[in-house]
Amino acid sequence: MAADTATTGTPAGARAPRQAPAMDLAELIADRQTRIVVCCGAGGVGKTTTSAALALAAAEAGRTVVVLTIDPARRLAQSLGLTELDNEPRKVDISGGAATGAPGELHAMMLDMKRTFDDVVTAHSTPERAQQILDNPFYQALSSSFAGTQEYMAMEKLGQLRASDQWDLIIVDTPPSRSALDFLDAPNRMGRFLDGTMIRLLMAPSRTGFKFASAGFLFFSRIISKILGGQLLRDISAFVAALDTMFGGFRERATATFELLRRPGTWFVVVAAPEPDALREASYFVDRLSAEGMPLAGLVVNRTHPPATTALSATRAEGAAEEVAESGDDGAALAAAALRVHAERMQQATREQHLADRFTSAHPDVALRTVPATAGDVHDLEGLRMMAAALTGPDHDTPTGTPRTRVLPARRG
Amino acid sequence: MPPELTPTRLHVVTGKGGTGKTTVAAALALALAADGRSVLLVETEGRQGIAQLFDTPPLPYEERRVAVARGGGEVKALAIDVEEALLDYLDMFYNLRRAGRALRKMGAIDFATAIAPGLRDVLITGKIKEAVTRRRDGRPVYDAVVVDAPPTGRITRFLGVTGEMSQLARSGPIKTQSDGVMAVLRSPQTAVHLVTLLEDMPVQETADAIAELQAAGLPIGSVVVNMAAEPVLPPDALSRAVAGELTGADLAPALGAAHLPGAGQLADALVAEVVEHARRWAAQDALRAQVEALGRPTVEVPLMPGPMDLGCLFELAGRLEEHLAAAVAR
Repeated sequence: MAADTATTGTPAGARAPRQAPAMDLAELIADRQTRIVVCCGAGGVGKTTTSAALALAAAEAGRTVVVLTIDPARRLAQSLGLTELDNEPRKVDISGGAATGAPGELHAMMLDMKRTFDDVVTAHSTPERAQQILDNPFYQALSSSFAGTQEYMAMEKLGQLRASDQWDLIIVDTPPSRSALDFLDAPNRMGRFLDGTMIRLLMAPSRTGFKFASAGFLFFSRIISKILGGQLLRDISAFVAALDTMFGGFRERATATFELLRRPGTWFVVVAAPEPDALREASYFVDRLSAEGMPLAGLVVNRTHPPATTALSATRAEGAAEEVAESGDDGAALAAAALRVHAERMQQATREQHLADRFTSAHPDVALRTVPATAGDVHDLEGLRMMAAALTGPDHDTPTGTPRTRVLPARRG
Repeated sequence: MPPELTPTRLHVVTGKGGTGKTTVAAALALALAADGRSVLLVETEGRQGIAQLFDTPPLPYEERRVAVARGGGEVKALAIDVEEALLDYLDMFYNLRRAGRALRKMGAIDFATAIAPGLRDVLITGKIKEAVTRRRDGRPVYDAVVVDAPPTGRITRFLGVTGEMSQLARSGPIKTQSDGVMAVLRSPQTAVHLVTLLEDMPVQETADAIAELQAAGLPIGSVVVNMAAEPVLPPDALSRAVAGELTGADLAPALGAAHLPGAGQLADALVAEVVEHARRWAAQDALRAQVEALGRPTVEVPLMPGPMDLGCLFELAGRLEEHLAAAVAR
């Protein structure tokens, strides 16, 4: 790597980090070949807002878009017209924007996982059979509180939306799980579990799997029923029996939707906050996408704090603040405070840039876009439009000239 | 020994993701360990966040000392491993540890925790209850247990395992176990603390969680406002900045006097930053009333500049200690 003479106060000997490629989300959402965009990342980084802003930008670029949100903030949901959770896409009135040309349409929906699950059951079964399943206590627990059900149903809903062909672009927000990877893993895990041989063997070891029903297995089955209680096993047994006749298996279904994510036209946008934990999570996710052969559009580093000027370093601003304060002139206190605000801002931006650089050195090919934090929460169309502009605007079009790929300008050698 | 800071022995710390509940839980454990007390800090989500905070290697499923507090106090930490907890449980109730290991090889443990969604929570809360009630030589082993609990969205379900499990497992040992846990969680020796930021979503989720916890009969402790920013500006300038009445001309003379180059341009840029700083602070300040309206004892802990280290944790612990003392005095 080329030696770099640091001029901005970084320790001597630090090497210039590689520059991340710029992410062009404007082109991605305008491209008619793009059919699905999945926004993922750790909890609390602004996935829902990012999804909604991208969807709005796409609609204003002429696409017919539906955004599937999982758990939007109340005020954001209201601004999208989602006053009730009815599990159906609703058209959002986006007039009033500065859209040029033929505007598209924006539809938004909030996932109701229990309802989605119930619909799957009802659609693939006779009324009596469906009722039997819906009444089963194990099904009720499964459809409302099972770890992974939300992810599974988000996938299911995505499959349904895609199949309906009513929208030419679907933007998906992912559930607020502990790990971003859950979105990819949970549906498969659940499909495997529901179709699993283990469950079958457990239900009827004497019938289906006699060959495997060794002494060890019988012992296993006894322990399981000891831990969980016989009642639960009977409920599960009834559930599986009812399910058996329903459709070609949960596993196939989960696999089919999973394959959808690998098809051309699907893109992943990983969202992270400029914090160690969120970026670590993003890192795992990026590695995983690459291992799965799933297309990554890039990383959105959300809520950064770029300074309004980079002409004055934190150290110099602090020094100047002292000098101004000592002068005791009119307005000195105010100017000194302003310089301290700037010093803090530069320090924060430096930390954020450092974290982004670390991500880029581990993933040099991943395109990046930073989105500055706003003073308050984004909770109306106006706010979403501003965020959309930050997401899709040209890379170099910023007041300070710092490319949107970065928080602070790159050091020049 | 000085009087107890608080009669509460089980402190459950929850909060929306990203509010810093692990940090607050760790600082609270340090605060409670002051003056020679012994505190257990429990991790429930398998993230090894505690090990990172205290800069120690990943925690095994074992109570390990991670910090020493004033007056010979100590904080031990435990990262609960659900599989190990299930083996413990099998051993305790059925004398089945060896068989349990065999089951693990068959994937049965994974299967059991997957098949009954609440089982994980039962095992974790069961372990917590055991630590709270553990006694040696006639006195409790731990003066307090602090739990870095699941986020607000899951907390009531996590703590309210009985309802969930008794619906699912209407008989059997799991049922008996969860009933015992519930008795401890609902008792006055437990307090669920909520960590929030001065932002819309976290405050809203805190309000929702308080309502849910109350409905479930779980005792609520304090609200901890984390990362509260201090305004850098003098009060009158703050309100002028919020109102958008500040211009570059207000700053330019003083900047020019300090021989800063391009004072005019610089002044405009600084005003933009000052206005943003002031508006952000005002947006946060507006939420203080909402936090107060929650009607819980509230403590604010400041935003720490730079990365979190043990020194920062002790500083936060100091703030929490004052709060606990004040809360008891009331």
